[in-house]
Amino acid sequence: MVKVIVLADQCKGCGLCVRACPKSVLAISKSHLNVKGYYPAEVVDQEACVACTACARTCPDVAIEIEK
Amino acid sequence: MATIFKRTSVLTDVPFHYCPGCGHGIVHRMVAEVIEELGIRNKTAGVAPVGCAVFAYNYFDVDMYEAAHGRAPAVATGYKRVHPENIVFTYQGDGDLASIGTAEIVQAAHRGEKITTIFINNAIYGMTGGQMAPTTLVGQKTTTSPLGRSKEHCGEPIRMAEMLATINGAAYIERTALNSTANIIRTKAAIKKAFETQIAGKGFSMVEVLSPCPTNWGKSPAESMDWIAENMIPYYPLGVMKEA
Repeated sequence: MVKVIVLADQCKGCGLCVRACPKSVLAISKSHLNVKGYYPAEVVDQEACVACTACARTCPDVAIEIEK
Repeated sequence: MATIFKRTSVLTDVPFHYCPGCGHGIVHRMVAEVIEELGIRNKTAGVAPVGCAVFAYNYFDVDMYEAAHGRAPAVATGYKRVHPENIVFTYQGDGDLASIGTAEIVQAAHRGEKITTIFINNAIYGMTGGQMAPTTLVGQKTTTSPLGRSKEHCGEPIRMAEMLATINGAAYIERTALNSTANIIRTKAAIKKAFETQIAGKGFSMVEVLSPCPTNWGKSPAESMDWIAENMIPYYPLGVMKEA
């Protein structure tokens, strides 16, 4: 079981994690605004995650934590 | 459950002020992780530049200096010569290193200063509003080259890694990019090698990182990463330019 945690209030919605993820685990929210006023990334398919950490390594704001 | 990825404590809790999709945050994280992994946190100092990364001193939880524009290698030289047992890095953009600070970086390499430079090349001046830099590609549109950089008028962009690699005092010079996960991992390995070069006392080390500037390029973050692969890497080839 892998758990991807997006620290939504640190996210600027750039979408680089969505681009980096090979398993389409992440997507940019269409409804939730964070405190900065961005639509942050959110986990849409936790089960598909293989813990490759590509999203976290790509995130320019260090807004992703991964537990396994 | 065990945490397999989280923010390193060598970064402070201050949120980065950079634009969405900017490469600075990715490189900040990797520099901080390398400092942690090498166990040099208590004897490392950094020198922040003038440019978008001017507030880098707020983000690294090590001793930090702020240098005058382009003069980070000179400040780092002073620090290293007073504290030769300590580790010092400069973090500079292309306006800082390749334009106003060209003399300082060339002479620091020429003297073989045992310092490490992280050079962020995004082919544009970021903080001042997207003007043409010495690293701007021919044909690239900026606020001061609205029809694209002209080779006849402004020459061709400068390749700093190749130039510094010709200097005997330079011990390790590599160019990497941030356009893919694999290249991000290679960038971290290069940063680690550069710090190890300094720890071994071999001489000057620099990593040039091709980094996106979505705001001033007028592209989305994803398009900017593709632009690096399609336009920057063909002109700025990746790889180790020098390893002593």
